[in-house]
Amino acid sequence: MKVLVPVKRVVDYNVKVRVKSDQTGVDLANVKMSMNPFCEIAVEEAVRLKEKGVATEVVAVSIGPVQAQETIRTALAMGADRGILIQTDEDLEPLAVAKLLAAVIGQEVPGIVVMGKQAIDGDNNAVGQMLAALLDWPQATFASKIEIAGDRADVTREVDGGLQTLSVDLPAIVTADLRLNEPRYASLPNIMKAKKKPIDVMAPGDYGVDTAPRLKVLKVVEPPKRQGGAKVESAAELVSKLKNEAGVL
Amino acid sequence: MAVLVIADHDNASLKDNTHKTVTAALAISGDVDLLVAGQGVAAVAAEAAKIAGVRKVLVAESADLGKQVAEAVTETVVALSGGYDAVLIPATSAGKNYAPRIAAKLDVAPISEIIEVIDSSTFVRPIYAGNALETIQSSDTKKIITVRATAFKAAGEGGSASVETVSAAGAMAHTRFVSDEIVKSDRPELSAAKIVVSGGRALGSAEEFQRVIEPLADKLGAAVGASRAAVDAGYAPNDYQVGQTGKVVAPQLYVAIGISGAIQHLAGMKDSKVIVAINKDADAPIFQVADFGLVADYKTALPELMDELVKVGL
Repeated sequence: MKVLVPVKRVVDYNVKVRVKSDQTGVDLANVKMSMNPFCEIAVEEAVRLKEKGVATEVVAVSIGPVQAQETIRTALAMGADRGILIQTDEDLEPLAVAKLLAAVIGQEVPGIVVMGKQAIDGDNNAVGQMLAALLDWPQATFASKIEIAGDRADVTREVDGGLQTLSVDLPAIVTADLRLNEPRYASLPNIMKAKKKPIDVMAPGDYGVDTAPRLKVLKVVEPPKRQGGAKVESAAELVSKLKNEAGVL
Repeated sequence: MAVLVIADHDNASLKDNTHKTVTAALAISGDVDLLVAGQGVAAVAAEAAKIAGVRKVLVAESADLGKQVAEAVTETVVALSGGYDAVLIPATSAGKNYAPRIAAKLDVAPISEIIEVIDSSTFVRPIYAGNALETIQSSDTKKIITVRATAFKAAGEGGSASVETVSAAGAMAHTRFVSDEIVKSDRPELSAAKIVVSGGRALGSAEEFQRVIEPLADKLGAAVGASRAAVDAGYAPNDYQVGQTGKVVAPQLYVAIGISGAIQHLAGMKDSKVIVAINKDADAPIFQVADFGLVADYKTALPELMDELVKVGL
């Protein structure tokens, strides 16, 4: 079975982003970029499926600028077999991304798609669900455990209040939550090997889908700053202030 | 212009997220209907009919809807969508699961976790873990929107909407519900609690987390939360996690114990009315957002705090 893993290049999760003074977006100049953490978890899961003998091939797909090749190389160094880059400098919306991925899936015909539940830049948490809708495949989002049994997958999902387990027929879309696994660090020999693995470079136009934006960003601003920083000296002072000043007890 | 709100409920009772999402919907249109999709939801529908401003309550029932299976909710909502210009969905784990599926079926760009309605096509939403707020305008004729409920006041009671049954999607062919492991608790629900007590990695073990956090939560009638570090370390279950990737809370009082205050945690609680932080590291970032910071080891501070609470009659 082939596993397809979409991966996204985003601002590294340790970077404190700054909003541009002209309010057009966040400043990405000279900022460290990395693979989206949820995508890393998805790649790890796909590679584990291959190591267990469940999957035969892992294909990493990214949509983004030429530098997104590095993100695909990271996936290849973790154990993916080959990559597809749909190169574009446009910041495509989730709907357009889902349409492009659906077209790629039409060509690649994977048995399962494992992907991150959300990217930490746009925080939309949408592409996996939309991809499932476009393909009319079942979806199992926010996965903390995936067990493949024949032509179906039993997926434990993190939901409000606890966990839910669904059994979905394959092919299906599974999106990874934080506790699905702990992604490996690529070893130096594997990083070297990854340089030789193939990456096909495509353009959005190759797939003949409508990627026109539906949303217009009017402005991007910093959230209001919270006035904090006051200290109390003791538990007694804390309780007194909570009761008398703040009135929350 | 009419708006459909999808109710948040557990088949037994209506959740406050619904009232808050109705408020967001009323900012878009005066014609707001509410869909209760579930199983055995007559009592939920009766509660929903009392929300002020709701025109009518639609009830769809099936086994798959009772488990909030995304495919079933999507089919049900898509069938109803012709009569609405916007569908507003509370950004719960269930809502976040099915909203984009509905949007893609309708060829619409979903709008995730809005915190403000500017007008019927313009909304504000957090990006980059709440470190930036974007104002976006949708050109889609139909809007599929999830609502961060903590950003809106709950709609009041006093309505008397009509209740009617609508057809539910049939059984799903490719998705089967297997089981739920829902944590049973007498405490208030985390996302709706007036007071939240959260513990972090400093607590060091699941036993210590229970020994320290739970008695304080019980005394305050609070819900229990945790930082991602504490959840990842196994000190607390995953549904306790407060943060950008967990639950977003905005209680009257948030008490952070042994939590350093990573950006992603702050994103989930910085809209709380009053924030208390107890941490022995005076430089912990949590103190920058705390209204009342106590630099102390929780091991000594918590027993004192419990004693002081007893003195004021709690």
